[in-house]
Amino acid sequence: MLQMVVCVKQVPDTAEVRINPRTNTLVRAGVPAIINPYDAHAVEAAVQLKEKYGGQVTALSMGPPQAEEVLRRALGMGADRAILLSDRAFAGSDTLATSYILAAAIRAIGRETPVDLVFCGKQAIDGDTAQVGPGIATRLGFTQLTYVMAIDGVDLEKGQIQVQRKLEGKREVIRGRLPALLTVVKDLNELRYASLPALIRAARATITTWSKDDLDLDPASIGLKGSPTSVRRIFAPPARPGGELIPGDPRQAAAILVAKLVQTKIIADK
Amino acid sequence: MTTVSNAEYRGVWVFIEQVAGEPAPVSWELLGAGRQLADALGVELAGVLLGQGVAGLVSEAWAYGADRVYLVEDPVLGPYRTAPYARALVELVQRYRPEILLLGATSLGRDLSGAVATALGTGLTADCTGLNIDPATRLLEQTRPVFGGNVMATILCQRHRPQMATVRPRVMPLPPRQEGRQGELVRVGIALKEEEALATVLKVIEEKGKAIYLDRAEIIVAGGRGLGSRENLRLLEELAGVLGGTLGASRAAVEAGWLPPEYQVGQTGITVRPKVYFAIGISGAIQHLVGMQNSEVIVAINKDPEAPIFKVATYGIIGDFQEVVPALTEEFRRQLAARSA
Ligand SMILES: Cc1cc2nc3c(=O)[nH]c(=O)nc-3n(C[C@H](O)[C@H](O)[C@H](O)COP(=O)(O)OP(=O)(O)OC[C@H]3O[C@@H](n4cnc5c(N)ncnc54)[C@H](O)[C@@H]3O)c2cc1C
Ligand SMILES: Cc1cc2nc3c(=O)[nH]c(=O)nc-3n(C[C@H](O)[C@H](O)[C@H](O)COP(=O)(O)OP(=O)(O)OC[C@H]3O[C@@H](n4cnc5c(N)ncnc54)[C@H](O)[C@@H]3O)c2cc1C
Repeated sequence: MLQMVVCVKQVPDTAEVRINPRTNTLVRAGVPAIINPYDAHAVEAAVQLKEKYGGQVTALSMGPPQAEEVLRRALGMGADRAILLSDRAFAGSDTLATSYILAAAIRAIGRETPVDLVFCGKQAIDGDTAQVGPGIATRLGFTQLTYVMAIDGVDLEKGQIQVQRKLEGKREVIRGRLPALLTVVKDLNELRYASLPALIRAARATITTWSKDDLDLDPASIGLKGSPTSVRRIFAPPARPGGELIPGDPRQAAAILVAKLVQTKIIADK
Repeated sequence: MTTVSNAEYRGVWVFIEQVAGEPAPVSWELLGAGRQLADALGVELAGVLLGQGVAGLVSEAWAYGADRVYLVEDPVLGPYRTAPYARALVELVQRYRPEILLLGATSLGRDLSGAVATALGTGLTADCTGLNIDPATRLLEQTRPVFGGNVMATILCQRHRPQMATVRPRVMPLPPRQEGRQGELVRVGIALKEEEALATVLKVIEEKGKAIYLDRAEIIVAGGRGLGSRENLRLLEELAGVLGGTLGASRAAVEAGWLPPEYQVGQTGITVRPKVYFAIGISGAIQHLVGMQNSEVIVAINKDPEAPIFKVATYGIIGDFQEVVPALTEEFRRQLAARSA
């Protein structure tokens, strides 16, 4: 039996986010909100382990009330229950404060049955920091296993998990002690399509909401106040100054360009 | 607990990343960036080297600009595991109190920095592309792309120390190596126990035949959806062959299955900084640009004069790549031969 928690974040579809160049503010209107793509793979991984070893999967999200949507998505994929952490006091949390709040919720879940595994995505596609997973692992004292691309197996008796981590040009096979926190990449699995009954069950399920008062939290460590980093300004990416168009038919243009690159010794003979 | 005022934190630190004694080049790039920050603040630049049997890298760190190197050697630090590395780095920071700590935004650097910043209770800015000191406040201004590269943000860590940041490989230029430059060495012993490592590395499998050196390539010939088919890659291979370059790809070309994901340049791929980047049949989406706009020279070949890639290209040729690329290959062959003759 494995007690598992999956952290899922609702994110804007970043392909659609833009900066208004006049006001230097984010244009978020009309941008669809989705489940962070890596987190969907994290849910799938937990559900697969449940099918193999038995256990329970809790989906956990911090966000505004509409983040319920991503929790229903997780339920449709096979999570057993969902908890939403929602409170105005959480707004503006950076990764240090976010991991503090999520870790407190995982501790609360663990008071019912101790948690063996926590899953996160490799990173969220909006903030893109990849810092929340390591933050939670550090706060809980769990074994930290990032960039997991395969789960070889869990040995419940010995309290161990063996995974493969995706590194630059390499794959690392590593065995870690439970409890552990995994952050996962997309190679880990193929997402399943939720069945119709599962979707109906997910749509009807009640989602537990916890506010700051339901958790054991130091008010100085959450939200803007609990966040050491602050955004000083946001702006559109600076354009690299454009250069020169080379005229002529392909042969002429090629001759001119090659002469420029060879003469300036940018491309030299080896 | 006694509180330490920010003024007691001094100096700029760079984490020297190594795996099995092999240094990650981003470490030297960070020493270059760190040198400028340290000079702006009028403080020392130090490298932090953790591992086993890695003392040989100390002189390299000096040569790339470190005034001092903190070295912790311990068998537990042989293969990288988060817990002992984080413990050692946290202890060093608590003992010597740097005001700034930089790490590479590699998988190892991101794994470690998130754990260390949390244990220290300080701020961490991810994946920076720009670092600057505000002379008025002496604060580190950390600029990074967010929302998939569509937006840039400048982040501050005002009240907590050290100010921590990770920086993507190849974003900062490699500083010149000053052969024979000497610095100070501080060896530190930290009591580490194997049981506290929590994990055992069983094996490391090299993924063979992949473009793992793309981020160090000097010449990249990259293709996009405009190639139309995998067969057309041959034209790019011929050009790359003449120049001793490496192939690269946009995400569209990877998704079409023409090249494996390891070749993808951009926000969700690799950041590159070659001398010359050929963008062939690539439109120039922002997510692609963030991965290659630091190239010294960008050559764009595209049949659409309105393609955004022309806005960043040093040189652009409007035309069908099926005609332009073979003409380039032939011209390079001719002109390079003429030069060496
Ligand atoms: C412009 C901008 C720049 C920012 N830059 C920084 C910065 O440099 N440093 C910093 O500390 N903060 C930064 N933040 C704040 C940061 O985005 C938030 O703290 C955010 O809540 C978590 O960070 P992330 O999106 O990077 O998540 P990541 O750390 O990339 O997320 C990894 C995984 O953690 C889990 N997770 C993350 N958030 C949640 C959640 N709310 N609920 C459930 N699971 C979750 C998911 O499994 C996710 O896949 C920035 C915010 C903005 C708007
Ligand atoms: C979150 C997120 C992350 C992303 N990450 C990345 C990333 O890391 N890297 C990346 O590349 N993309 C990334 N993308 C995708 C990106 O937005 C673009 O969709 C992608 O870069 C487009 O690839 P392309 O330029 O090859 O294709 P297109 O945009 O389709 O451009 C093809 C170009 O080829 C030209 N062309 C066609 N035929 C010819 C011809 N015969 N001769 C010459 N020119 C021709 C066309 O004029 C056109 O400009 C990401 C997107 C999102 C949302």
